[in-house]
Amino acid sequence: MGYVAIADRDHDIEHHDPDTFITKYIWSQDHKVIAIQYGITAIFVGVIALILSAMMRLQLGFPDTFSFITPENYYQFVTMHGMIMVIYLLTALFLGGFGNYLIPLMCGSRDMVFPYMNMLSFWVYLLSVIILLASFFVPGGSTGAGWTLYPPQAIMQGTPGTDWGIILMLASLGVFIIAFTMGGLNYVTTVLQARCRGMTLMRMPLSVWGIFIATVLGLLAFPALLVSAIMMLLDKTLMTSFFMPAISSFGQDPGYTGGSPILFQHLFWFFGHPEVYIVALPAFGIVSDLLSTHARKNIFGYRMMVWAIIAIGGLSFIVWAHHMYVSGMNPYFGFFFATTTLIIAVPTALKVYNWVLTLWEGNIHLRVPMLFAIGFIFTFIHGGLTGLFLGNVTIDLPLSDTYFVVAHFHMVMGVSPVLVVFGAIYHWWPKITGKMYNETLGKWHFWMTFLGTYAIYLPMHYLGFQGVPRRYFAMGNTDFMPASAQDLNAWITLSALFVAFTQILFFINVFWSLKSGKKADPNPWDATTLEWQTPDTPPKHGNWGHDLPECHRWAYDYSVPGYPDDFIPQNVPPEDAPAGRQHGVPEH
Amino acid sequence: MSEAVIEPTGGAGVVHDWSRDKQVFGVPWGKAMMWIFLLSDTFIFSCFLVGYMMVRISTTDPWPNPSEVFGLTVMGQSVPLLLIAIMTFVLITSSGTMALAVNMGYRKDRKKTFWLMLATAVLGATFVGMQAFEWTKLILEGVRPWENPFGAAQFGSSFFMITGFHGMHVSAGVIYLLIVAFRVRNGFYEKRGGNYEIVEIAGLYWHFVDLVWVFIFAFFYLW
Repeated sequence: MGYVAIADRDHDIEHHDPDTFITKYIWSQDHKVIAIQYGITAIFVGVIALILSAMMRLQLGFPDTFSFITPENYYQFVTMHGMIMVIYLLTALFLGGFGNYLIPLMCGSRDMVFPYMNMLSFWVYLLSVIILLASFFVPGGSTGAGWTLYPPQAIMQGTPGTDWGIILMLASLGVFIIAFTMGGLNYVTTVLQARCRGMTLMRMPLSVWGIFIATVLGLLAFPALLVSAIMMLLDKTLMTSFFMPAISSFGQDPGYTGGSPILFQHLFWFFGHPEVYIVALPAFGIVSDLLSTHARKNIFGYRMMVWAIIAIGGLSFIVWAHHMYVSGMNPYFGFFFATTTLIIAVPTALKVYNWVLTLWEGNIHLRVPMLFAIGFIFTFIHGGLTGLFLGNVTIDLPLSDTYFVVAHFHMVMGVSPVLVVFGAIYHWWPKITGKMYNETLGKWHFWMTFLGTYAIYLPMHYLGFQGVPRRYFAMGNTDFMPASAQDLNAWITLSALFVAFTQILFFINVFWSLKSGKKADPNPWDATTLEWQTPDTPPKHGNWGHDLPECHRWAYDYSVPGYPDDFIPQNVPPEDAPAGRQHGVPEH
Repeated sequence: MSEAVIEPTGGAGVVHDWSRDKQVFGVPWGKAMMWIFLLSDTFIFSCFLVGYMMVRISTTDPWPNPSEVFGLTVMGQSVPLLLIAIMTFVLITSSGTMALAVNMGYRKDRKKTFWLMLATAVLGATFVGMQAFEWTKLILEGVRPWENPFGAAQFGSSFFMITGFHGMHVSAGVIYLLIVAFRVRNGFYEKRGGNYEIVEIAGLYWHFVDLVWVFIFAFFYLW
């Protein structure tokens, strides 16, 4: 390792601060700059995916109106929208963005343990994004196989983008996994090995716990995606038959024999289900901190919250085949996977109860981050309950591949994490930029987004019960669908466009704040966690100035009786504040 | 805190130990990271092997007999798995020299560490060379990723994919070992406090690659 790590070096070692523009902002090894680079890139591709979804909705709401949306385009939009949102936006933003920013600051370290590798992680991620976006411009366009990329159709003639699109997609995924692994090893090692003095695991804020366990899941789940991407790439380019059975394509024999398409589904979902929790666990953690801080109350049942995160992480590896009830696998599998799926509801429900109980009798400040956090509780309960429907084999069969599924997963892993992303950006904005955002604009952004998403997704559940199939370019004249289904589709489209345009408010707020926002207080929310106790705002390179902080208590000493302030920061020694809790675990 | 700290016991004690101050494991960062990486890499190879087993079951054509395909004819006598046996022996031997190198590293015997690491790298390169020979032999016999004259097409596909991926790991390991070995010889680590943990970290990777080969040997060649 040809560099001196700085994560916990103390003042006796001389600092080598980056001094040129390039080392400071471009080839930066500072975790905060890398976090912002990750964040901007992820939000940029997220906006592209948002535009793609608007195009899909235009077609569904007003079929035969827009000549520039062909059926091929529609499938390409579906595929790219899904893949970008799940992997290149949410995974990258939660782990590469918030993980990078928060882990060293919340754990009291100077940086990640391997800053150079951390920098490489971002640049390789950027490369994967470029490869992905390049697929829009190759002959045949990007792949239209659906974000799950199921073979045989993903690489057979007839699906859009089978010439180059699918190859670039698989290559981009492989590159992304390399980037993620380099970042992920950093996050995990930093949390495990480089916390400040006194920061035991059971004193860590839940944000760090969520990001930490999600990264562990990523390191163990992405291998399955890497392997399936390699195998499908070989099937496509070298005509191997890992996933391809003997099959006839347009009356011709493409030359495949004896492969197993179900193998791909197993490998894909062995990655795909933990992926849901890679996105959800950081959201769980962050939302816990937002609720506690803005309700001025300790998080209810901290220890159980930690164990629930760990339990959900573990269980997420043994539920994958609940995505495959209709694949024709052995029915006994369905029994097993339905059981494990419903067991996951236990720790998840525990978390929801604890969030609600944290709010109970709290001194709730309905600031923008808090609104988004409470909004998350609604959408998450909502999406979680429909998950119970789909987790049961017998109920899943009729609902499979209908708009009910679309509504379910958008509620639970689309809208919910995105609400947390916004809440988190508003919450940490003063620390990241040193400026305050516009509260009124933020509130408008929240209410229009929150109510708008319900206008989109509630009717979708109903469409699903009607049996309206998903992934159809146009419904045509189908007997079982009432004519009103089309009216609802038009309504959903209008709502979706409304929500999409609402996001402009967010960007206006960002630019307004950067330009003329009020200078932020170092700790505007009176929060306890270490990132708010830095000597500079925004924190400088090395985060802590001369001395590293020392942690003396858990992260949730809010409204402690007998203490003048309603919060005690984690670095306040017990001599100064004997009240409060020293440990997340109750004292023995 | 001024009051005496009572150490919890049982399950709570395990949690207490794991969540202790500053760091969980009493090892340097690089070593912790290598262990976590190897755990992740284990999942990659497991997925490859599970995928191979699955296609071996799903394919409709008969699976070739590995003992015959990988046999060598020596002095008119066909010896099954001869080359693979030699390759495995070479790779396991390299684990031995690596372990000695780690030991010499901790004794700060730079010269012996260098030579032992170099020996490990040479053995690793020999392994890759023999693998190239094996690939050439099979390709000349008509085995391709998409077909082979002995039966199921998946035989060639899995063979080239899995041994290729493992061979890439060995090749990367050889380069890694050479870099560390020459740095040891040039006194690179003397300037950094004379810390030779890096030899052990490289060793961890090397032993892992060897261990993976044992599984590939068992599941692909012996089954």
